[in-house]
Parts: sequence; structure tokens; C-alpha cells
Amino acid sequence: MPFIPHTADDIREMLAAVGAPDTNALFDEIPAELRSRALEAIPPALSEMEIGRLMSERAAADGQRLNFIGAGAYEHHVPAAVWAIVTRGEFYSAYTPYQAEASQGTLQLLYEFQSMMASLTGMAASNASLYDGATALAEACLMAVRAHRKSKSQRILVPAAVNPDYRDVLQAVAGGQHLAFDLLPYDPRGGVTTTASLEQYRGQDVTALVIQQPNFFGMLEDVDALTDWAHEQGMLVIAVVNPTSLAVLKPPGEWGAKGVDIVCGEGQPLGVPLSSGGPYFGFMTTRLEHVRQMPGRIVGRTVDLDGKPGFTLTLQAREQHIRRSKATSNICTNQGLLVTAATIYMSLVGPHGLARVASACLQRTAELVAALAAVPGVRVAFEGARFHEAVLLLDRPVRGVLEALAARGIVGGADISRDYPSLGNALLVCATETRTQEDIATYARALADVMQGAAAA
Amino acid sequence: MREQLIFEHSRPGRSAEAQYPLDAPAPSLPEHLRRRSTPLLPEVSELQAVRHFTRLSQLNFSIDTHFYPLGSCTMKYNPRACNQYALLPGFLGRHPLAPESTGQGILKCLYELQEMLKEVTGMRGVSLTPMAGAQGEFAGVAMIRAYHKARGDLARTEIIVPDAAHGTNPATATMCGCTVKEIPSLPNGDIDLDALRAVVGPQTAGIMLTNPSTLGVFERRIHAVAEIVHEAGGLLYYDGANLNAILGKVRPGDMGFDVIHMNLHKTFSTPHGGGGPGSGAVGVSERLLPFLPVPVVGLEGRTYRWLDERDLPQTIGRLSAFMGNTGVLLRAYVYMRMLGREGMHRVSEFATLNANYLMAKLTEAGFELAYPGRRAGHEFIVTLRREARDYGTTAMDFAKRLLDYGFHAPTTYFPLLVPECLLIEPTETESKEELDAFVAAMIAIREEAQADPAKLKGAPYTLPVRRLDDVRAAKQLDIAYRPA
Repeated sequence: MPFIPHTADDIREMLAAVGAPDTNALFDEIPAELRSRALEAIPPALSEMEIGRLMSERAAADGQRLNFIGAGAYEHHVPAAVWAIVTRGEFYSAYTPYQAEASQGTLQLLYEFQSMMASLTGMAASNASLYDGATALAEACLMAVRAHRKSKSQRILVPAAVNPDYRDVLQAVAGGQHLAFDLLPYDPRGGVTTTASLEQYRGQDVTALVIQQPNFFGMLEDVDALTDWAHEQGMLVIAVVNPTSLAVLKPPGEWGAKGVDIVCGEGQPLGVPLSSGGPYFGFMTTRLEHVRQMPGRIVGRTVDLDGKPGFTLTLQAREQHIRRSKATSNICTNQGLLVTAATIYMSLVGPHGLARVASACLQRTAELVAALAAVPGVRVAFEGARFHEAVLLLDRPVRGVLEALAARGIVGGADISRDYPSLGNALLVCATETRTQEDIATYARALADVMQGAAAA
Repeated sequence: MREQLIFEHSRPGRSAEAQYPLDAPAPSLPEHLRRRSTPLLPEVSELQAVRHFTRLSQLNFSIDTHFYPLGSCTMKYNPRACNQYALLPGFLGRHPLAPESTGQGILKCLYELQEMLKEVTGMRGVSLTPMAGAQGEFAGVAMIRAYHKARGDLARTEIIVPDAAHGTNPATATMCGCTVKEIPSLPNGDIDLDALRAVVGPQTAGIMLTNPSTLGVFERRIHAVAEIVHEAGGLLYYDGANLNAILGKVRPGDMGFDVIHMNLHKTFSTPHGGGGPGSGAVGVSERLLPFLPVPVVGLEGRTYRWLDERDLPQTIGRLSAFMGNTGVLLRAYVYMRMLGREGMHRVSEFATLNANYLMAKLTEAGFELAYPGRRAGHEFIVTLRREARDYGTTAMDFAKRLLDYGFHAPTTYFPLLVPECLLIEPTETESKEELDAFVAAMIAIREEAQADPAKLKGAPYTLPVRRLDDVRAAKQLDIAYRPA
């Protein structure tokens, strides 16, 4: 029996000890009329060899293409050591460190992770992860409502230049608690949020302003001006950031005169492969004064009975297993294994390696934009400083172009036309340090081919 | 045994330079957007990092190294094949927004997983997007809310939970904008039906139940519970935390539940990862189908595609930036295919055999059960209140001493209504020898408690640290390292 160690003798002896004639008798408290029939729709069992072959065939069919999509998930080099260690059974098959003495490995690693994230974002306190970047933003908005005692409005300003899928998740996760989200337009020339768009909220009761840096279009927001404007109006500021970019961009803790209040984002760029969408992890950091409003696990350093240093889950009075309906969030299991990957990744690349990764992303993206914009029928949507993404406008529907590129082995970008109808045929492209100049030239040639091949719409 | 912090290994100028991109010219960025400080990331060699994190791993208990009978968590063996085949390059390198035409292989796996989960739960539709049990609960209650709202039944804002429920249940109800009504359990572990009748009404949105309950026993009058709640106009939510106990034996859909979440990291053996990633797929009955969270995999002809808001206009929406914890879903898929039709019911049979055997052996050894005379589901509760009275030792003292004996402790002090309790879940993948050794350890620890209770109070002795000062951890908050 796969994964079940019982011999016939074991079963006999165990049933005798229980006083049951057979294993079926163990279910005699379940009303007979409820007992399940055979599960016809489940196929017969496969051996490891057979499932291995099946999965290899399907993975091979999906193939490996040259990827130029970002849009919230980024292809970076992942050092071989990262997942070799992450998949060690001692990390892989442990659970939430409830028994601290038997979980010092996971706990110390989480403390190191919190330390790195706090410093990277320029904040004092970090939690030990949330599900992903989108839910981290939803939790940040709920947290802002709890933390801002003077604001009664539960109203949050969200730029249209924030990832549209994040905005959908905000509505789905936080909408039930009657938070209201006001959409701020972006400047059509620069693709950024301006303080002019905020003026209509002057003097009103607004709980918080969300700022994504770089924003969904890859453009760099004037974070100092936005942060100061919101603080002057008594709002809290929530930053949504890309962790790779923070090696070269000003950390949110230093935005404006006072720095932001809550930082969150998607941790995937730190050592987590694209993996068709997940698992990734969300991160969150904040000022020390708000730490008791933060959702999720937090690890603290303390001492044991002998005075030796050790680590334990702390501030648990915030959490669902203690506070139940009054908890800061319902989150329990989070994304521990991905945080393990991120901590090892950040240790391997270090501060200078991460800065080089960020610099290479900037360089490759600049080259990509130049190469693609030279293709007839393609132009760049926004002017200004960007990180590692750009919006291109095509003279025909994006979807068909992407399908034609896919047939040539290139995943050419994300079609954002439906999310931003006013942009027209809009394509969001990305190049990280994993794309070479040759890759970019290959893409440009293929795009020219595709654009020439079919008539403009 | 202590391992320094990674920051203490750090020296300026040291690096793992093989990991650096070679061509990285200094970026041209506007001055006012640049970072000026160096972030506190370690500067270590590749070997130093590898050794540090390998050593940290060795400070953990895990399923691969220890018996881990943590009640309500289903710490069963995570087959290595599931990991290996989820990490194949075609799946791993794929961007979630790549055209569907380039992902028919993975979409087929996910579609078949949806179908298999429908079959084992007896539900009509499944969405795989929730990223953990608690998010599955959120999806479930949000769908119940959406259902009532769509019918114009706006007053239904109360969620009923038994007092034994996981903390996530009431916390979820709050996140969905509902209020919580708690109902008591009877001394035999069943729900108090009179109390249930007293709280249902036109304000009832639904009830959240686990069955078997967190008390480890099957709710025998589940039909009556379903009838009372349905007649009052409410819906039934099944918390799948304990699905391992009934897999292939009875289906939540057949018990009358309208919505269920499954913890794939429990029943379907995906790794717990030191606290995630989990996966909380949801299944629904006919009437909740329109409200499923998106995206869901659909099959049109022979082509798989993602169904989104355009296909399901009444959806409760998106719960993740992409499509949930895909890699976890692949692991669950591989596991289910390896068990196959004939293996599903074996999971619950042997999980239940192990639990009942361990319960019988501990009873024989003189330990007190919280619910004597009941069959155990896949877990059961021992109360150490007698030991507390006679020796002054607590359930926590037993738990810590068990660590010295090489066993991860069972869940302690949950459910909250049983004093000095251990919630013990051995799972089906443990052998009889392992269970016998656990019983022997419990007997030995009780003898120690009798002879020298201070010994238990001081445990553990053999781990990297002794008992930690939790009060100091919260009072003198140190949650991020700062160099001296």
C-alpha cells in the first residue's frame, strides 16, 4: 500500500487492541446511509514511475520559451543552493513553529528574514509573510483602518497605476468589511500619479493613500511628493514595492519627510521561480508603533531558562488562535517555505549582488524598449524614469501578436488592453538580468516579423 | 548547538560572486529616487550561506526526521515524487500570464485536480485559488454572503460556530463582515441541537462545522444539524481541516454541506514548509456555483482555459494576484494520482486505525480521554488534568518533555474547552512501532512526573534551547537585528 507501512500482522494486532473486527468497523459512528460509494471519477493508481512519465510529458509539452512578461511576477536567476536547501526535509516537512524549542532553525531564519526586510524597506518591524503581494496590500489597507484611530471614513485612495489584479483582490478581500476604494487617474504623458489628482481630496477624511513603486507600468512615481501630500492631509501612506528595486531605489521608510507607515509587496523576485503563478509570498513591514496592528506571524528573539538566546513566535495576542473573532486577520498558515527561499537568496546575493541584479534589470529593459520601439507599428506609451517594465502601444490588437510570438518561442509580454481601455492596444513588457542582448535582438526580430506579416488592424 | 546569526558571519567585501550578473552598468536614476544607504543583507561566501542554513535546518523537528502527531495538522509523509514532478522546468519556468496555448499541460493537471476534488467531496464545482485553509474559509463565507445578497436576503449576517471550532472560523466570519454566534458542545462531544435551534433565524447566514469535529469525534446527527440550518434559510460550511478522517468513506456533499474548503497541505500531503505554503481549494453545491472565486480552469472541446469574471459575472472575485499556489496544486495532483481510486479510502482507514490504536494503548496505560466511549476519528484528545492535580504538571510540561524523547509534541491547549489537553493525530503513514514508542514515552514521562515533577517543569534539556521566555519576547520586543 503506497505510503502506508502496516503489515497484515500489524493490522490484526491493532484491531485486536481496539476491539474492532475490521477497519470498516472504525467508522460505525457514521450513519450508514451517508457512507460513500466507490469514487468512480478517480482514475486507478499510478506508480511513481508512471506519474513521473505523465508529468514529464505534460511539462515538456508546455515547453520553455523566452519570457518577457513581468506584471507582478519576475524571472530572476535563482542560485542552485537556494532550493537545494529549501527542499531539505527539515525545512520542507516541518510546520508552523508552535514548539519553539524544536523549531529554532525555522524561527531563527524567520528572524533573519524580518531583519532583512525591515532594512530593505527602511522600516522597524516585519512580519513573517502573507500569501502574496495582492493579499498583502488588502491586509495593509485593513491594517491602516485599525491603525488610523482618528479617521472614520475607511476610505482609501488607490491609483489606477496600481496593479489591476491587486485592485481586484483589494475589493474581494477588504470590500466585505466596508472599506471604500477611490481610484486615482494617472497622468497620460508620464504614466504616473500626480499630486494634482489628489487635490480634490484636500481636507476630507481619508484613511490612507496607496503608492506603488515602481508602478504597474514600470514607471517611477514621485514618491516624496505623494507621501508628504498625504501626510499633510492626515492620511497614512501604504507603499507597494518590488524588493529587487529597493537595492537601488529609495526605501519607503525614507519617502518624503517622515517615511511611509506600512510597506507591502510581492516577495517572489527574491529566489522564487515563476512556477506558473505560485506559490509566492507577500511581505509586510511597518513602524514600531503599529506593530500590534500587523497581521500574520512575528518572530522575536528572547532568552531561555539558562539565559541563552533563542527565538519564538511573539505578539500572538493579535492572532486568530487567541483572539478568534477579534483577531487582526484570519491568516494562519502563511508562506514559510518561500520565505526560506528568499532569506537564502538575499544571503547569497548580498547587498551588492542585489544592486547589480537591479542595475542589470534597468539596463536590459532600456535596451528592450529601444529595440522594440524601433519596430514599425510600435511606440512607447510613457516618458520618464522606469525600472524594469514598460508599456508599448501597438497598431493592432495585442492578443494576436502574442499568439504569433508564442508560436515563435517567445512569450512577449502581458496584454493590458482590457485593464486600461483608454490606452488602446497596450503591451506590458519586462526584461530582467536573465535576458541577454541576444535574447532582446531575437525578440525584436520576431516582433518585426509578426508586425510585417499581418496587416495592421 | 547554537548557530550565529547570518549577520554575524558577514564581513564587508566578502561575496558569493558567482551569483552576480556580469553585465550591470550603474543605473541612471533621478537623484531623488535613489537609495543612499546599504541594506542590511549579509556579505558572506556561498559556502558560509550554505553551511549556515543547513545548520539551521538541523535545529528543526520535521516529519522527515521525527514523529510529529500535531493534532488537526495532519503531519503525514510528503512523498518526494510530488515535489520533484511539480518542479519540472516546463511548469517552473512558466509565467502565469503566458498564453493559455502554451500551458495546456499544466491546465490539464489543474482541471483534473478540480474533477478529482469534486468526486471525493461530493460537490458540484471546485476553485483552486485559495492559498491556505483560512483563505478557503474566507472564500466559503464570502460565497454564502454573496448567495444571500443575490436573493435580496440582506439581513443574513450571522455565522454560527461551535465553541470547539478553529480560531480561523470566527476570525473569517469577521473578515467577511459577519457577526459570530457560538454554540456549546454536549459532554459527549456532539453539538447541542437545542442551542442550535435557539440561535438560528432570519439573521442566520450559515454555520461553520468540521466533521469529525476538533474534539476528534464524528457529529452523528449531522442530518439534523443540516435540516435545522437549512430550514432557517442558512447554509452549511464544511471546514475540511479533518477531511483525512473520512476520505473515501463519507462525502461532505452527501452530508448536506453547501460549501467546503480542503487543506491540500493536510489531506493531500503537500508540504507544510515550516508554516506554508498551504492550499485551501473550495468546493460548492449547485446553488453556489455562480459565486466561485476566479480563475477556474474550464474545458472547451479539447482546449483548457481560465474562466474569469466574464464567465462567472457573480463571482466573489480574485483572492490572489494570479491563480493561487499552483506548485502546491501540482503536488496534490501527483499525490492523488499515486493513491488512485483504490487508495483514497485507505487514507482514512489507516489514519483512523492508527488513532484508535494509539487511543486504546494510552487508555490501557491509564491516561484519561476527554471523550471516552467514542470512536476516534483520525485524532483524539487526552486530558492530563489528573496529572495536573496529582503532580502539579501541565500538558505543556508533558509536551516539552516529549521533545526530549524525540517526539514532536501533539497540539496543546486546543480545543480550548478541554483542560490540560493534548490533541493527538498520528496519521496513516506512521508504523505500529512508532506508535508503541510514543506510548512508552508517555508512560515514562508520567513516571517522571510522579517521582520528580521539577524535571518536567525544566524540560526540554536536549534541544538547542531550553524553555523560552515568551513574556520577555513580547515585552522587550526584538524582532529585527541591529548591528551593535
